[in-house]
Amino acid sequence: MGCFKLAHMTLHSLFSHPDTVCYPAQTKPVPSGLKGHIVNDVSTCIMCGICAKTCPSGALTVDRKAGTWTINRFRCVQCGSCVRACPKGSLSMDPNYQKPSRHMYDDVVTKSIPDSKDAKA
Amino acid sequence: MGKKTIIPFGPQHPVLPEPLHLDLVVEDEKVVEAVPQIGFVHRGLEKLTETHDYNQFIYIAERICGICAFGHSMGYAETIESLMHVEIPPRAQYLRVILHELSRMHSHILWLGLAADAFGYESLFMHCWRLRERILDIFEMTTGGRVILSAVVVGGMVRDISNEMLADVRTRVQSIHDEYQQICNTFLNDSSVQSRLVGVGVIEHDDAVSLGMVGPFARASNVNNDVRSLGNGGYGQLSDFQPTLDSGCDCYARVKVRLQEVSQSARIIDEMISHIPDGDISVKVKGSPEAGAQAANTLEQPRGECYYYALGNGTKYLDRMRMRTPTSQNLAGMAQALAGCDLADVNMIVLTIDPCISCTER
Repeated sequence: MGCFKLAHMTLHSLFSHPDTVCYPAQTKPVPSGLKGHIVNDVSTCIMCGICAKTCPSGALTVDRKAGTWTINRFRCVQCGSCVRACPKGSLSMDPNYQKPSRHMYDDVVTKSIPDSKDAKA
Repeated sequence: MGKKTIIPFGPQHPVLPEPLHLDLVVEDEKVVEAVPQIGFVHRGLEKLTETHDYNQFIYIAERICGICAFGHSMGYAETIESLMHVEIPPRAQYLRVILHELSRMHSHILWLGLAADAFGYESLFMHCWRLRERILDIFEMTTGGRVILSAVVVGGMVRDISNEMLADVRTRVQSIHDEYQQICNTFLNDSSVQSRLVGVGVIEHDDAVSLGMVGPFARASNVNNDVRSLGNGGYGQLSDFQPTLDSGCDCYARVKVRLQEVSQSARIIDEMISHIPDGDISVKVKGSPEAGAQAANTLEQPRGECYYYALGNGTKYLDRMRMRTPTSQNLAGMAQALAGCDLADVNMIVLTIDPCISCTER
Protein backbone atom coordinates (compact mmCIF):
# COMPACT_ATOMS: atom_id res chain seq x y z
CA MET A 1 0.00 0.00 0.00
CA GLY A 2 0.97 3.63 -0.21
CA CYS A 3 1.17 6.20 -2.95
CA PHE A 4 3.92 7.70 -5.20
CA LYS A 5 4.71 4.21 -6.52
CA LEU A 6 5.47 5.66 -9.95
CA ALA A 7 7.84 8.36 -8.69
CA HIS A 8 11.03 6.52 -9.69
CA MET A 9 9.89 5.95 -13.27
CA THR A 10 8.54 9.49 -13.63
CA LEU A 11 11.76 11.08 -12.35
CA HIS A 12 13.80 8.85 -14.64
CA SER A 13 11.68 9.95 -17.62
CA LEU A 14 12.18 13.58 -16.67
CA PHE A 15 15.94 13.34 -17.21
CA SER A 16 16.14 10.75 -19.97
CA HIS A 17 15.98 11.09 -23.74
CA PRO A 18 12.36 11.54 -24.93
CA ASP A 19 10.74 8.63 -26.78
CA THR A 20 9.02 10.94 -29.26
CA VAL A 21 10.48 13.01 -32.11
CA CYS A 22 9.55 16.56 -33.11
CA TYR A 23 7.83 15.72 -36.38
CA PRO A 24 8.02 17.22 -39.05
CA ALA A 25 11.28 18.96 -38.06
CA GLN A 26 12.67 15.54 -37.19
CA THR A 27 11.68 12.22 -38.71
CA LYS A 28 12.16 8.75 -37.36
CA PRO A 29 14.90 6.69 -39.01
CA VAL A 30 13.47 4.12 -41.39
CA PRO A 31 13.31 0.72 -39.63
CA SER A 32 15.08 -2.13 -41.35
CA GLY A 33 11.96 -4.20 -41.97
CA LEU A 34 9.64 -1.44 -43.20
CA LYS A 35 7.21 -2.54 -45.92
CA GLY A 36 7.21 0.77 -47.77
CA HIS A 37 5.32 1.33 -50.99
CA ILE A 38 4.88 -0.44 -54.34
CA VAL A 39 7.25 0.37 -57.20
CA ASN A 40 6.91 -0.99 -60.73
CA ASP A 41 10.00 -1.59 -62.87
CA VAL A 42 8.37 -0.81 -66.19
CA SER A 43 11.23 -2.23 -68.25
CA THR A 44 10.28 -5.80 -67.30
CA CYS A 45 6.52 -5.36 -66.81
CA ILE A 46 4.44 -7.24 -69.40
CA MET A 47 1.11 -5.64 -68.38
CA CYS A 48 -0.41 -9.07 -67.74
CA GLY A 49 -2.82 -7.72 -65.09
CA ILE A 50 -2.27 -10.53 -62.53
CA CYS A 51 -1.37 -7.91 -59.91
CA ALA A 52 -4.71 -6.13 -60.44
CA LYS A 53 -6.62 -9.42 -60.08
CA THR A 54 -4.77 -10.27 -56.85
CA CYS A 55 -5.12 -6.86 -55.20
CA PRO A 56 -7.64 -7.13 -52.33
CA SER A 57 -8.42 -3.41 -52.26
CA GLY A 58 -8.77 -2.74 -56.00
CA ALA A 59 -5.92 -0.22 -55.96
CA LEU A 60 -4.35 -1.42 -59.21
CA THR A 61 -5.64 -1.03 -62.76
CA VAL A 62 -3.87 -2.39 -65.80
CA ASP A 63 -4.92 -1.36 -69.30
CA ARG A 64 -2.94 -3.44 -71.76
CA LYS A 65 -4.31 -1.65 -74.85
CA ALA A 66 -3.45 1.79 -73.56
CA GLY A 67 -0.21 0.44 -72.03
CA THR A 68 -0.88 1.90 -68.59
CA TRP A 69 -0.32 0.50 -65.11
CA THR A 70 -2.08 2.63 -62.52
CA ILE A 71 -1.92 2.56 -58.74
CA ASN A 72 -4.19 4.47 -56.40
CA ARG A 73 -1.88 4.88 -53.41
CA PHE A 74 -4.75 5.92 -51.16
CA ARG A 75 -6.46 2.55 -51.68
CA CYS A 76 -3.29 0.45 -51.49
CA VAL A 77 -3.00 -1.37 -48.13
CA GLN A 78 0.63 -2.41 -48.67
CA CYS A 79 -0.15 -6.10 -48.21
CA GLY A 80 2.38 -7.10 -50.88
CA SER A 81 0.03 -9.57 -52.64
CA CYS A 82 0.85 -8.07 -56.05
CA VAL A 83 4.60 -8.32 -55.41
CA ARG A 84 4.27 -12.03 -54.59
CA ALA A 85 2.00 -12.64 -57.60
CA CYS A 86 4.06 -10.78 -60.25
CA PRO A 87 5.37 -13.43 -62.69
CA LYS A 88 8.25 -11.24 -63.92
CA GLY A 89 9.34 -9.80 -60.58
CA SER A 90 8.69 -6.26 -61.84
CA LEU A 91 6.93 -5.17 -58.68
CA SER A 92 8.81 -4.51 -55.46
CA MET A 93 8.34 -2.69 -52.17
CA ASP A 94 10.50 0.42 -51.66
CA PRO A 95 11.19 0.47 -47.90
CA ASN A 96 11.15 4.24 -47.40
CA TYR A 97 8.71 6.74 -45.99
CA GLN A 98 6.95 9.08 -48.41
CA LYS A 99 5.88 12.63 -47.77
CA PRO A 100 2.15 13.05 -47.09
CA SER A 101 0.20 14.34 -50.06
CA ARG A 102 -2.34 17.16 -50.10
CA HIS A 103 -4.19 15.81 -53.13
CA MET A 104 -5.55 12.44 -54.14
CA TYR A 105 -4.15 11.27 -57.43
CA ASP A 106 -3.22 8.06 -59.24
CA ASP A 107 0.35 7.13 -60.15
CA VAL A 108 0.42 6.02 -63.78
CA VAL A 109 3.22 4.07 -65.43
CA THR A 110 3.11 3.94 -69.24
CA LYS A 111 4.67 1.40 -71.54
CA SER A 112 3.96 0.64 -75.17
CA ILE A 113 3.15 -3.04 -75.60
CA PRO A 114 3.48 -4.29 -79.18
CA ASP A 115 0.18 -5.55 -80.59
CA SER A 116 0.17 -9.34 -80.93
CA LYS A 117 -0.69 -9.08 -84.69
CA ASP A 118 2.19 -6.65 -85.24
CA ALA A 119 4.53 -8.90 -83.31
CA LYS A 120 3.64 -11.88 -85.56
CA ALA A 121 4.15 -9.79 -88.69
CA MET B 1 -36.11 6.18 -2.24
CA GLY B 2 -35.41 8.48 -5.22
CA LYS B 3 -37.08 8.75 -8.56
CA LYS B 4 -35.76 6.52 -11.36
CA THR B 5 -34.00 8.41 -14.15
CA ILE B 6 -32.44 7.19 -17.39
CA ILE B 7 -28.99 8.59 -18.14
CA PRO B 8 -27.61 7.91 -21.63
CA PHE B 9 -23.91 6.89 -21.64
CA GLY B 10 -22.06 6.84 -24.97
CA PRO B 11 -21.67 6.06 -27.84
CA GLN B 12 -19.35 9.09 -27.75
CA HIS B 13 -17.92 9.38 -24.27
CA PRO B 14 -14.45 10.50 -23.10
CA VAL B 15 -13.76 7.23 -21.30
CA LEU B 16 -14.97 4.94 -24.08
CA PRO B 17 -12.70 4.23 -27.01
CA GLU B 18 -15.53 2.22 -28.57
CA PRO B 19 -19.03 3.27 -29.67
CA LEU B 20 -21.10 1.52 -27.01
CA HIS B 21 -24.34 3.07 -25.84
CA LEU B 22 -25.78 2.33 -22.40
CA ASP B 23 -29.10 3.42 -21.00
CA LEU B 24 -28.37 3.65 -17.29
CA VAL B 25 -31.47 3.48 -15.10
CA VAL B 26 -30.36 5.28 -11.93
CA GLU B 27 -31.98 5.85 -8.60
CA ASP B 28 -30.17 8.58 -6.67
CA GLU B 29 -26.51 7.72 -7.38
CA LYS B 30 -27.05 3.96 -7.78
CA VAL B 31 -27.43 2.21 -11.13
CA VAL B 32 -30.48 -0.05 -11.02
CA GLU B 33 -30.20 -1.44 -14.53
CA ALA B 34 -27.98 -0.95 -17.59
CA VAL B 35 -29.34 -1.60 -21.08
CA PRO B 36 -26.54 -1.90 -23.66
CA GLN B 37 -27.12 -0.98 -27.27
CA ILE B 38 -24.74 -1.53 -30.16
CA GLY B 39 -24.99 -1.09 -33.92
CA PHE B 40 -23.04 2.11 -34.57
CA VAL B 41 -20.08 0.66 -36.48
CA HIS B 42 -21.49 -2.26 -38.45
CA ARG B 43 -19.50 -2.53 -41.70
CA GLY B 44 -20.76 -5.78 -43.21
CA LEU B 45 -17.30 -7.33 -43.42
CA GLU B 46 -18.54 -10.95 -43.40
CA LYS B 47 -20.61 -10.22 -46.52
CA LEU B 48 -17.41 -9.33 -48.39
CA THR B 49 -16.59 -13.04 -48.77
CA GLU B 50 -18.91 -12.84 -51.79
CA THR B 51 -16.61 -10.43 -53.61
CA HIS B 52 -13.18 -11.33 -52.21
CA ASP B 53 -11.60 -14.78 -52.51
CA TYR B 54 -10.27 -16.65 -49.49
CA ASN B 55 -6.74 -15.27 -50.00
CA GLN B 56 -7.90 -11.66 -50.28
CA PHE B 57 -10.28 -11.91 -47.32
CA ILE B 58 -7.38 -12.28 -44.88
CA TYR B 59 -6.68 -8.54 -45.26
CA ILE B 60 -10.33 -7.80 -44.48
CA ALA B 61 -10.29 -10.17 -41.48
CA GLU B 62 -7.37 -8.30 -39.93
CA ARG B 63 -9.22 -5.01 -40.33
CA ILE B 64 -12.06 -6.21 -38.11
CA CYS B 65 -10.24 -4.68 -35.16
CA GLY B 66 -7.17 -2.48 -34.88
CA ILE B 67 -5.90 -4.01 -31.65
CA CYS B 68 -6.38 -7.74 -32.29
CA ALA B 69 -5.63 -7.39 -36.02
CA PHE B 70 -2.95 -10.06 -36.03
CA GLY B 71 -5.14 -12.46 -34.04
CA HIS B 72 -7.99 -12.15 -36.52
CA SER B 73 -5.75 -12.81 -39.51
CA MET B 74 -4.22 -15.81 -37.69
CA GLY B 75 -7.62 -17.19 -36.62
CA TYR B 76 -9.02 -16.79 -40.12
CA ALA B 77 -5.95 -18.38 -41.77
CA GLU B 78 -6.08 -21.36 -39.37
CA THR B 79 -9.76 -21.87 -40.21
CA ILE B 80 -9.12 -21.88 -43.96
CA GLU B 81 -6.10 -24.17 -43.50
CA SER B 82 -8.33 -26.57 -41.58
CA LEU B 83 -11.00 -26.25 -44.30
CA MET B 84 -8.49 -27.14 -47.01
CA HIS B 85 -6.52 -29.70 -44.93
CA VAL B 86 -3.28 -27.70 -45.13
CA GLU B 87 -0.49 -28.35 -42.64
CA ILE B 88 1.75 -25.32 -42.18
CA PRO B 89 5.50 -25.63 -41.38
CA PRO B 90 6.50 -25.65 -37.68
CA ARG B 91 8.54 -22.44 -38.02
CA ALA B 92 5.45 -20.59 -39.25
CA GLN B 93 3.48 -21.89 -36.24
CA TYR B 94 6.14 -20.59 -33.86
CA LEU B 95 6.32 -17.21 -35.61
CA ARG B 96 2.54 -16.87 -35.41
CA VAL B 97 2.56 -17.57 -31.67
CA ILE B 98 5.39 -15.06 -31.09
CA LEU B 99 3.56 -12.29 -32.97
CA HIS B 100 0.22 -13.17 -31.39
CA GLU B 101 1.68 -13.00 -27.89
CA LEU B 102 3.31 -9.66 -28.73
CA SER B 103 -0.16 -8.51 -29.81
CA ARG B 104 -1.55 -9.65 -26.48
CA MET B 105 1.15 -7.70 -24.63
CA HIS B 106 0.42 -4.59 -26.68
CA SER B 107 -3.34 -4.97 -26.21
CA HIS B 108 -3.12 -5.47 -22.44
CA ILE B 109 -0.63 -2.62 -21.92
CA LEU B 110 -2.84 -0.35 -24.04
CA TRP B 111 -5.83 -1.38 -21.93
CA LEU B 112 -3.94 -0.80 -18.66
CA GLY B 113 -3.17 2.72 -19.89
CA LEU B 114 -6.84 3.31 -20.68
CA ALA B 115 -7.83 1.98 -17.26
CA ALA B 116 -5.33 4.35 -15.59
CA ASP B 117 -6.78 7.21 -17.65
CA ALA B 118 -10.31 6.22 -16.58
CA PHE B 119 -9.51 6.47 -12.89
CA GLY B 120 -7.57 9.68 -13.38
CA TYR B 121 -3.94 8.51 -13.14
CA GLU B 122 -2.57 10.34 -16.18
CA SER B 123 1.15 9.68 -15.64
CA LEU B 124 0.51 5.93 -15.37
CA PHE B 125 -1.45 6.13 -18.63
CA MET B 126 1.49 7.84 -20.35
CA HIS B 127 4.01 5.28 -19.09
CA CYS B 128 1.84 2.35 -20.22
CA TRP B 129 1.51 3.79 -23.71
CA ARG B 130 5.21 4.59 -23.85
CA LEU B 131 5.97 0.90 -23.25
CA ARG B 132 3.37 -0.11 -25.82
CA GLU B 133 5.16 1.99 -28.43
CA ARG B 134 8.23 -0.21 -28.00
CA ILE B 135 6.16 -3.28 -28.87
CA LEU B 136 4.88 -1.49 -31.96
CA ASP B 137 8.52 -0.81 -32.86
CA ILE B 138 9.16 -4.57 -32.67
CA PHE B 139 6.24 -5.14 -35.04
CA GLU B 140 7.61 -2.54 -37.43
CA MET B 141 11.07 -4.10 -37.34
CA THR B 142 9.87 -7.68 -37.88
CA THR B 143 6.83 -7.35 -40.14
CA GLY B 144 6.98 -3.82 -41.54
CA GLY B 145 3.68 -2.68 -40.02
CA ARG B 146 2.89 -1.20 -36.63
CA VAL B 147 -0.79 -2.08 -36.21
CA ILE B 148 -1.97 -3.86 -39.34
CA LEU B 149 0.83 -6.33 -39.90
CA SER B 150 -0.33 -8.30 -43.00
CA ALA B 151 2.16 -10.96 -41.92
CA VAL B 152 -0.05 -14.04 -42.31
CA VAL B 153 -1.15 -15.78 -45.50
CA VAL B 154 -3.16 -18.95 -45.90
CA GLY B 155 -0.41 -21.59 -45.70
CA GLY B 156 2.05 -19.82 -43.43
CA MET B 157 3.75 -16.47 -43.06
CA VAL B 158 4.63 -13.74 -45.55
CA ARG B 159 8.17 -13.18 -44.38
CA ASP B 160 10.61 -14.91 -42.10
CA ILE B 161 12.17 -13.34 -39.04
CA SER B 162 15.88 -14.16 -38.93
CA ASN B 163 17.34 -15.79 -35.82
CA GLU B 164 19.47 -12.66 -35.17
CA MET B 165 16.36 -10.50 -35.28
CA LEU B 166 14.53 -12.94 -32.99
CA ALA B 167 17.40 -12.63 -30.49
CA ASP B 168 16.98 -8.85 -30.70
CA VAL B 169 13.21 -9.26 -30.13
CA ARG B 170 13.91 -11.34 -27.03
CA THR B 171 16.25 -8.64 -25.63
CA ARG B 172 13.71 -5.92 -26.33
CA VAL B 173 10.86 -7.88 -24.71
CA GLN B 174 13.03 -8.48 -21.65
CA SER B 175 13.84 -4.76 -21.37
CA ILE B 176 10.12 -3.88 -21.73
CA HIS B 177 9.30 -6.45 -19.07
CA ASP B 178 11.85 -5.02 -16.63
CA GLU B 179 10.31 -1.56 -16.87
CA TYR B 180 6.85 -3.07 -16.82
CA GLN B 181 7.48 -4.40 -13.30
CA GLN B 182 7.34 -0.83 -11.95
CA ILE B 183 3.99 -0.30 -13.64
CA CYS B 184 2.76 -3.59 -12.13
CA ASN B 185 3.89 -2.43 -8.71
CA THR B 186 1.89 0.79 -9.11
CA PHE B 187 -1.28 -0.97 -10.27
CA LEU B 188 -1.14 -3.59 -7.55
CA ASN B 189 0.09 -1.61 -4.55
CA ASP B 190 -0.82 2.06 -5.00
CA SER B 191 -3.59 3.03 -2.57
CA SER B 192 -5.23 5.47 -5.01
CA VAL B 193 -5.56 2.68 -7.61
CA GLN B 194 -6.95 0.21 -5.09
CA SER B 195 -9.53 2.69 -3.81
CA ARG B 196 -11.11 2.80 -7.29
CA LEU B 197 -10.95 -0.93 -8.08
CA VAL B 198 -11.31 -3.17 -5.04
CA GLY B 199 -14.86 -4.48 -4.52
CA VAL B 200 -16.20 -2.73 -7.65
CA GLY B 201 -18.29 -4.61 -10.26
CA VAL B 202 -18.25 -8.00 -8.56
CA ILE B 203 -19.30 -11.05 -10.60
CA GLU B 204 -19.17 -14.36 -8.77
CA HIS B 205 -17.79 -17.53 -10.37
CA ASP B 206 -21.20 -19.19 -10.87
CA ASP B 207 -22.64 -16.06 -12.52
CA ALA B 208 -19.60 -15.83 -14.80
CA VAL B 209 -20.14 -19.44 -15.92
CA SER B 210 -23.89 -19.06 -16.45
CA LEU B 211 -23.44 -15.80 -18.39
CA GLY B 212 -20.87 -17.47 -20.68
CA MET B 213 -18.16 -14.92 -19.98
CA VAL B 214 -14.76 -15.38 -21.63
CA GLY B 215 -11.22 -14.00 -21.48
CA PRO B 216 -9.58 -12.12 -18.60
CA PHE B 217 -13.05 -10.92 -17.53
CA ALA B 218 -14.03 -14.55 -16.79
CA ARG B 219 -10.60 -15.63 -15.51
CA ALA B 220 -10.81 -12.89 -12.87
CA SER B 221 -13.89 -14.76 -11.61
CA ASN B 222 -11.85 -17.98 -11.48
CA VAL B 223 -13.32 -19.47 -14.68
CA ASN B 224 -10.69 -21.61 -16.36
CA ASN B 225 -11.46 -21.09 -20.04
CA ASP B 226 -8.19 -20.13 -21.75
CA VAL B 227 -8.23 -21.58 -25.30
CA ARG B 228 -4.42 -21.65 -25.30
CA SER B 229 -4.67 -24.61 -22.89
CA LEU B 230 -6.02 -26.72 -25.78
CA GLY B 231 -2.60 -26.52 -27.44
CA ASN B 232 -3.79 -25.57 -30.94
CA GLY B 233 -1.04 -24.75 -33.47
CA GLY B 234 2.22 -23.55 -31.94
CA TYR B 235 0.72 -23.48 -28.44
CA GLY B 236 1.00 -27.29 -28.42
CA GLN B 237 4.80 -26.90 -28.26
CA LEU B 238 4.79 -25.03 -24.95
CA SER B 239 6.38 -27.03 -22.12
CA ASP B 240 3.84 -25.90 -19.57
CA PHE B 241 0.88 -23.58 -19.83
CA GLN B 242 -1.28 -22.63 -16.88
CA PRO B 243 -4.03 -20.05 -17.38
CA THR B 244 -3.87 -16.97 -15.15
CA LEU B 245 -6.76 -17.14 -12.72
CA ASP B 246 -7.92 -14.99 -9.83
CA SER B 247 -10.78 -15.41 -7.42
CA GLY B 248 -11.21 -11.72 -6.57
CA CYS B 249 -14.17 -11.34 -9.01
CA ASP B 250 -13.91 -7.52 -8.98
CA CYS B 251 -12.29 -4.82 -11.15
CA TYR B 252 -9.03 -5.15 -9.21
CA ALA B 253 -8.88 -8.89 -10.04
CA ARG B 254 -9.41 -8.12 -13.75
CA VAL B 255 -6.52 -5.66 -13.71
CA LYS B 256 -4.40 -8.23 -11.87
CA VAL B 257 -5.16 -10.99 -14.41
CA ARG B 258 -4.19 -8.74 -17.33
CA LEU B 259 -1.03 -7.61 -15.55
CA GLN B 260 0.04 -11.22 -15.01
CA GLU B 261 -0.88 -12.20 -18.58
CA VAL B 262 1.62 -9.67 -19.93
CA SER B 263 4.39 -11.42 -17.98
CA GLN B 264 3.06 -14.79 -19.12
CA SER B 265 3.18 -13.63 -22.76
CA ALA B 266 6.79 -12.47 -22.29
CA ARG B 267 7.66 -15.96 -20.98
CA ILE B 268 5.89 -17.65 -23.92
CA ILE B 269 7.78 -15.44 -26.41
CA ASP B 270 11.05 -16.30 -24.68
CA GLU B 271 10.34 -20.04 -24.83
CA MET B 272 9.19 -19.90 -28.45
CA ILE B 273 12.30 -18.00 -29.54
CA SER B 274 14.50 -20.51 -27.66
CA HIS B 275 12.99 -23.51 -29.43
CA ILE B 276 12.03 -22.16 -32.86
CA PRO B 277 13.03 -24.68 -35.55
CA ASP B 278 14.67 -23.71 -38.85
CA GLY B 279 12.92 -24.38 -42.13
CA ASP B 280 10.25 -23.09 -44.49
CA ILE B 281 7.71 -20.52 -43.41
CA SER B 282 4.90 -21.34 -45.82
CA VAL B 283 3.46 -23.97 -48.11
CA LYS B 284 1.82 -23.29 -51.45
CA VAL B 285 -1.95 -23.55 -51.18
CA LYS B 286 -3.70 -24.37 -54.43
CA GLY B 287 -7.30 -25.02 -55.36
CA SER B 288 -10.48 -24.09 -53.55
CA PRO B 289 -12.37 -25.37 -50.52
CA GLU B 290 -14.72 -28.23 -51.40
CA ALA B 291 -18.43 -27.52 -51.77
CA GLY B 292 -20.14 -27.94 -48.41
CA ALA B 293 -16.85 -28.30 -46.49
CA GLN B 294 -17.04 -26.69 -43.05
CA ALA B 295 -14.36 -25.74 -40.55
CA ALA B 296 -14.43 -24.16 -37.11
CA ASN B 297 -11.60 -22.81 -35.03
CA THR B 298 -11.11 -21.03 -31.73
CA LEU B 299 -8.35 -18.64 -30.78
CA GLU B 300 -7.58 -16.90 -27.51
CA GLN B 301 -7.63 -13.25 -28.44
CA PRO B 302 -6.43 -10.67 -25.89
CA ARG B 303 -10.07 -10.15 -24.86
CA GLY B 304 -11.02 -13.83 -24.78
CA GLU B 305 -12.12 -16.73 -26.92
CA CYS B 306 -12.91 -15.90 -30.53
CA TYR B 307 -14.72 -18.47 -32.66
CA TYR B 308 -14.34 -18.71 -36.46
CA TYR B 309 -16.50 -20.67 -38.88
CA ALA B 310 -16.11 -21.09 -42.64
CA LEU B 311 -18.24 -22.84 -45.24
CA GLY B 312 -16.85 -23.59 -48.70
CA ASN B 313 -18.80 -23.82 -51.95
CA GLY B 314 -16.29 -25.31 -54.38
CA THR B 315 -15.04 -21.93 -55.62
CA LYS B 316 -12.40 -19.53 -54.30
CA TYR B 317 -15.19 -17.58 -52.62
CA LEU B 318 -16.56 -18.81 -49.29
CA ASP B 319 -20.26 -19.35 -48.80
CA ARG B 320 -20.05 -18.14 -45.22
CA MET B 321 -17.45 -16.69 -42.91
CA ARG B 322 -18.65 -16.19 -39.37
CA MET B 323 -16.88 -14.94 -36.27
CA ARG B 324 -18.09 -14.78 -32.69
CA THR B 325 -16.02 -12.30 -30.76
CA PRO B 326 -15.30 -12.15 -27.01
CA THR B 327 -17.06 -8.84 -26.40
CA SER B 328 -20.43 -10.20 -27.56
CA GLN B 329 -19.98 -12.96 -24.94
CA ASN B 330 -19.09 -10.47 -22.23
CA LEU B 331 -21.84 -7.86 -22.71
CA ALA B 332 -24.31 -9.84 -20.56
CA GLY B 333 -21.74 -10.03 -17.76
CA MET B 334 -21.08 -6.31 -18.06
CA ALA B 335 -24.82 -5.51 -17.72
CA GLN B 336 -24.97 -7.68 -14.59
CA ALA B 337 -21.84 -6.07 -13.09
CA LEU B 338 -23.34 -2.62 -13.65
CA ALA B 339 -26.61 -3.40 -11.85
CA GLY B 340 -26.31 -2.02 -8.33
CA CYS B 341 -23.02 -0.11 -8.78
CA ASP B 342 -22.38 3.57 -8.08
CA LEU B 343 -22.79 5.90 -11.06
CA ALA B 344 -19.15 7.00 -10.64
CA ASP B 345 -17.95 3.41 -11.10
CA VAL B 346 -19.75 2.82 -14.42
CA ASN B 347 -16.79 3.85 -16.57
CA MET B 348 -14.43 1.58 -14.61
CA ILE B 349 -16.71 -1.46 -14.91
CA VAL B 350 -17.35 -0.91 -18.62
CA LEU B 351 -13.63 -0.62 -19.20
CA THR B 352 -12.71 -3.76 -17.26
CA ILE B 353 -14.49 -5.98 -19.79
CA ASP B 354 -12.25 -4.29 -22.40
CA PRO B 355 -15.13 -3.88 -24.88
CA CYS B 356 -14.30 -4.04 -28.56
CA ILE B 357 -17.44 -3.04 -30.37
CA SER B 358 -15.70 -2.94 -33.77
CA CYS B 359 -14.96 -6.67 -33.36
CA THR B 360 -18.49 -7.41 -32.22
CA GLU B 361 -20.28 -5.64 -35.05
CA ARG B 362 -17.84 -6.24 -37.90
